[in-house]
Amino acid sequence: MDTDLSSQDRKDLDKFIKFFALKTVQVIVQARLGEKICTRSSSSPTGSDWFNLAIKDIPEVTHEAKKALAGQLPAVGRSMCVEISLKTSEGDSMELEIWCLEMNEKCDKEIKVSYTVYNRLSLLLKSLLAITRVTPAYRLSRKQGHEYVILYRIYFGEVQLSGLGEGFQTVRVGTVGTPVGTITLSCAYRINLAFMSTRQFERTPPIMGIIIDHFVDRPYPSSSPMHPCNYRAGEDNGAVYPSVEDSQEVCTTSFSTSPPSQLLGPGKEGGVPPVPSQPAHGTQADQERMCTPLDGVHYSAATPSSSEDTETVSNSSEGKSGSPHDLLETIFIRKVGAFVNKPINQVNPPDSPETESPLQGSLHSEGSSGSSTGNTHDDFVMIDFKPAFSKDDILPMDLGTFYREFQNPPQLSSLSIDIGAQSMAEDLDSLPEKLAVHEKNVKEFDAFVETLQ
Amino acid sequence: MVGPGWTRRRAPPGAAPTMNCRAEVLEVSVEGRQVEEAMLAVLHTVLLHRSTGKFHYKKEGTYSIGTVGTQDVDCDFIDFAYVRVSSEELDRALRKAVGEFKDALRSSGSDGMGQISLEFYQKKKSRWPFSDECIPWELWTIKVNVVNLANEQERQICREKVGEKLCEKIINIVEVMNRHEYLPKMPTQSEVDNVFDTSLKDVQPYLYKISYQITDSLGTSVTTTMRRLIKDTLAL
Repeated sequence: MDTDLSSQDRKDLDKFIKFFALKTVQVIVQARLGEKICTRSSSSPTGSDWFNLAIKDIPEVTHEAKKALAGQLPAVGRSMCVEISLKTSEGDSMELEIWCLEMNEKCDKEIKVSYTVYNRLSLLLKSLLAITRVTPAYRLSRKQGHEYVILYRIYFGEVQLSGLGEGFQTVRVGTVGTPVGTITLSCAYRINLAFMSTRQFERTPPIMGIIIDHFVDRPYPSSSPMHPCNYRAGEDNGAVYPSVEDSQEVCTTSFSTSPPSQLLGPGKEGGVPPVPSQPAHGTQADQERMCTPLDGVHYSAATPSSSEDTETVSNSSEGKSGSPHDLLETIFIRKVGAFVNKPINQVNPPDSPETESPLQGSLHSEGSSGSSTGNTHDDFVMIDFKPAFSKDDILPMDLGTFYREFQNPPQLSSLSIDIGAQSMAEDLDSLPEKLAVHEKNVKEFDAFVETLQ
Repeated sequence: MVGPGWTRRRAPPGAAPTMNCRAEVLEVSVEGRQVEEAMLAVLHTVLLHRSTGKFHYKKEGTYSIGTVGTQDVDCDFIDFAYVRVSSEELDRALRKAVGEFKDALRSSGSDGMGQISLEFYQKKKSRWPFSDECIPWELWTIKVNVVNLANEQERQICREKVGEKLCEKIINIVEVMNRHEYLPKMPTQSEVDNVFDTSLKDVQPYLYKISYQITDSLGTSVTTTMRRLIKDTLAL
């Protein structure tokens, strides 16, 4: 079966598939970190950017992926899966998505490995970047921190979709044919949770009943542990993971200009450039305004957690008070102190999850210690307080009710046609009288103006 | 409330300008202030797939490819986020085109209807005295219908609905990209400007042009204004 594939091509293909798998995991996990990702383009290739895409390698993630793969590659019946799940601060968890990298038997013998397969894998990674922002879990992951966190788990073998509940949907990211089989990348995701978080006005109380089914403490099918997508200091065991070894894993960056059908002796593709000196991005003057502070170095230094943590600490700020704008709040029945379980309108755009309202600020002083983000949340204390928009002391109104009333205010009485017309007519009639009075008092007015100057 | 929605239609084969040009049509109903972000989301997603790193040709007839960075963009008026290529030049060019389209839509009256097209083409050199031919190989058309909403509640629902529809559109775009249909052959150094736009300093999209058309409120195309923004590296 493989007689048509040269050994060099076979080696290249295996390397491509391996690094494609690793990059796939990086893209998926980074898309669920809860923050915006930003990497710089570089016109000069460094040899370390696989598939000509700037995708940062988070060492822990690479480590986990390699552990799961255990030296194997995705093959028929052996798929690489990344499971994304949500875990509440009470310890309940729910699977949100399963991303599958599979291989089937359909081979494309004619395809050129170092050229076409490589470029198509690059295209597939771009598609993955686009699709990871489009499934419901993306919006959930951007709001993680207070009530829940997003976790990932990598496993290798049979795909297990049972944890996604009924009616899950599948989206195909893409396929790439190779001489040894067709690589397929797809995602199966739960949909009912998404329905709830986007319909503020149509939510009904029975939702709580449905959700409780999903919060089941289940043993994991395999022994691989879950990992948080946002690298809290306490939850990491503090191990330092080796950065991706790059000495023998330099990626192909040279291509032949000749069309694939022609043979070119000296210009054979797959030329390995010299080991890159990093970073090569210093020459790039590109300024990305909205960039999270990535320094363009793709192989992080020995303590990766620290940089991630400073970025995420602000995201997952002191968890006790929780955000009144958190849409998932209604799902968790626990009475969080002064917060009432009513759907609360999303005031802020999704990209500012850490905005603090005056409410939150006042609660903060009530006794939340500066707990480290790694600890599980302490018990909530019932705090009696008067919300800022309360109508009167007897009937405290919550923010949600106030906002709904504010959104649909009654018509102003002076604007209603009949009353308006009446008062207008009256005004017009009384005008001459008023003018006469004012004219008499002209001198007084002038004197007043003098005093002002 | 007028429901915002998107549909995707494949243009019938006879409508394609040339034999090899595939055409995709997307339709959208959005509120006025969402036009810009919705257009940028679609155009950037297409260009993400149709841009490579900068080519560097070497003496032996090989070339190496630079690296394409990406970044997340959050929309302000739509519950949606998308990924674009990290290139300020490219972003500026798209924003300029979309801004002009939006202004034209606005000035056409309250029943804003129009379409914006992104066309990828190849240049074919002709001998003197004939000028170079531009042969399109992929055409994306986004038809826009601007709706007016009465109150904040409707606007909020529109935010979400358009966000959901955009998600569907991204999936559709990726589906088309995944078909691995015709792409221009990788060019030699002398031919690279006939296939790619090499004017940007950090990325290299395929040669593209953006054009738009506004339909007046009567729906007739007699008074349509046609403007083209040409992104050629070589002026004709």
